[in-house]
Amino acid sequence: MLIELEKRKEPSKAMLYLTPVIAVVATMLAGAIIFSLIGHDGFGAVRKIFLAPLLDTYKWQDLGVKAAPLILIGVGLAIGFRANVWNIGAEGQYIMGGLAGTGVALATWGMTGWWILPLMCIAGIVGGAAYAGIPAFLKTRLNVNEILSSLMLTYVAIQVLYYLMRGPWKDPDGFNFPQTRLFTDDQILPTVIPSTVVHLGVPLAFVVAIAAWFVLSRSVFGFQIRVVGAAPAAARYGGFNTNKTIWAALLAGGGLAGFAGILEAAGPFGQMVPQFPTGYGFTAIIVAFLGRLHPIGIVLAGIILAVTYVGGELAQSSIGLPAAATGVFQAMMLFFLLATDVLVKYRIRFASAAKAGDAA
Amino acid sequence: MTESLLIPIIMTIVGAATPILLAALGELVVEKSGVLNLGLEGMMLIGAVTGFAVTATTGYAPLGVVAAMIAAAASAGLFGFLTLTLTANQVATGLALTIFGIGLSALAGENYVGQTVDVFGSVFPAALAEHPVLRVIFGYSPLVYVSLLLVAAVSWFLRKSRAGLILRAVGESDLSAHSIGYSVIGVRYMAVLFGGAMAGIAGCFYSLVLTPMWAEQLTAGRGWIALALVVFAGWRPMRLLLGAYLFGAVMTLELHAKAAGFSLVAPEFLAAMPYLATIAVLAIISARKTGKSLAPACLGKPFKPSS
Repeated sequence: MLIELEKRKEPSKAMLYLTPVIAVVATMLAGAIIFSLIGHDGFGAVRKIFLAPLLDTYKWQDLGVKAAPLILIGVGLAIGFRANVWNIGAEGQYIMGGLAGTGVALATWGMTGWWILPLMCIAGIVGGAAYAGIPAFLKTRLNVNEILSSLMLTYVAIQVLYYLMRGPWKDPDGFNFPQTRLFTDDQILPTVIPSTVVHLGVPLAFVVAIAAWFVLSRSVFGFQIRVVGAAPAAARYGGFNTNKTIWAALLAGGGLAGFAGILEAAGPFGQMVPQFPTGYGFTAIIVAFLGRLHPIGIVLAGIILAVTYVGGELAQSSIGLPAAATGVFQAMMLFFLLATDVLVKYRIRFASAAKAGDAA
Repeated sequence: MTESLLIPIIMTIVGAATPILLAALGELVVEKSGVLNLGLEGMMLIGAVTGFAVTATTGYAPLGVVAAMIAAAASAGLFGFLTLTLTANQVATGLALTIFGIGLSALAGENYVGQTVDVFGSVFPAALAEHPVLRVIFGYSPLVYVSLLLVAAVSWFLRKSRAGLILRAVGESDLSAHSIGYSVIGVRYMAVLFGGAMAGIAGCFYSLVLTPMWAEQLTAGRGWIALALVVFAGWRPMRLLLGAYLFGAVMTLELHAKAAGFSLVAPEFLAAMPYLATIAVLAIISARKTGKSLAPACLGKPFKPSS
């Protein structure tokens, strides 16, 4: 028996939508087997991680809160990935957005007014976009690979965060803990559903995803992004400016990551702390791919990854599964998606060795 | 006086440079064959935890190194299966490998946090290895000497050997190599596995020589610096040696500045230095080469003979 890949005339639409589902199911099966083999309760782990958060209606609010930053960052990254711009430093842009917004919060500390929170959000978006502007500048002017520069800048952003927490931005009344003051009422995102943790950032993330869907499918900009990514030569003949696309892709990605950052700081955190980087910027890469680089797909993928976060915590407290298991499950999902991707472009044929020889 | 200050500094530089040299050397061979594996950091972590676990269990460090090479090469094989056999996107698969490696190593190393192991013995007699001055030449872990031998070997392999020529041909023009009968996929598999094994040694240099202990994300992004180093070196092993020691010096700056109570700039700035230096170096290198790129022509592109 030989497995043969036969190229499809056209990429399979059905497989395009089906493979993310296959990837999630395969992850659950493989995860259950692998974790059983290494001495954990594998099936229990899968049930806790993938099903418990969905079955427990009380956990739905946590899903929304976790999904919001993943969706925002994922949508921004997808714009870049479509144009073959590999911004993988979203974590750094998320930190910088959070810091820029925190800067506004500290500058307006003690003041009141409706304008403070929008100003913090704008600062967050600008901060994230500006930080992504560095790889954009390096790429367009000096031809520096954006994968490496954006990632290096993430490590730099973490150090900037540590510096500000330890020194200039430390809470003067905070018993020397390396963290800022607590944000005031006018600096905290309001909850949109009473007596839950669902803050304004959650509906905002969905609105942004829908807006991005319209921009990407209906506007010239969306078309340009697709053409530059799929056929750079054609894009040049068509008069599309590659450098402008690189700038746009990185600024959009950075801006949305920065927005996610300040929404986290003004939402769940309510202040800035050294533990602010939680890896959303990296997980959002999985979200973008699992969502097929499509904003609506990313909303679904963001919710799935949020399930694994919430479920991972549940599994930790109830059956003692290590925290790192969540990351393993998330990475497996991306592996399976990439592996099944082959089904979109190719048909798999099982041929006997003799026949394969004849065909050749 | 100078030797008591200078010798520890030189020895720290060599220690900081060796793992990124080993990892970058593997990646250089991988990239020369036309494959971009961004999973270096993940493979190094898998190597680091495997090397530590096996050494802690058996008490024998060389066995740990071999196990680390096998484990990291196995993870590279997974990358190869996805990108070479299933023609998955190399950038995405490499990132997945890194995320996977971070999670898997944290999971596997959970029970080893806080343990210590017996470190490597020295290759040279104590009279040399512990001599106050001569230890600057003889006082390193065997892996340091291995890394230098490997640089020479890889340099020879790529420039002089027939197999190295085939590997370069596959990376520069996969279709031509295929049409004269070489197995492009086969060559790339070998290169990817070699890159994995090298990342494995690099990883256990952290867990068995430098620290020596296991902690989550022990390699702290050094895998990415190794990737940048390959670009810096223009895909040439000897330049890689120079680059690795230069980066080692930048990283050492932080440690020694801290130890000397140097407080003119914030410690966070010094910690960010290697990353800033990497960006600066990449900018200089990338801006200078106008026109033809030094990178292998097929780098990152999947091989599809029939389409």
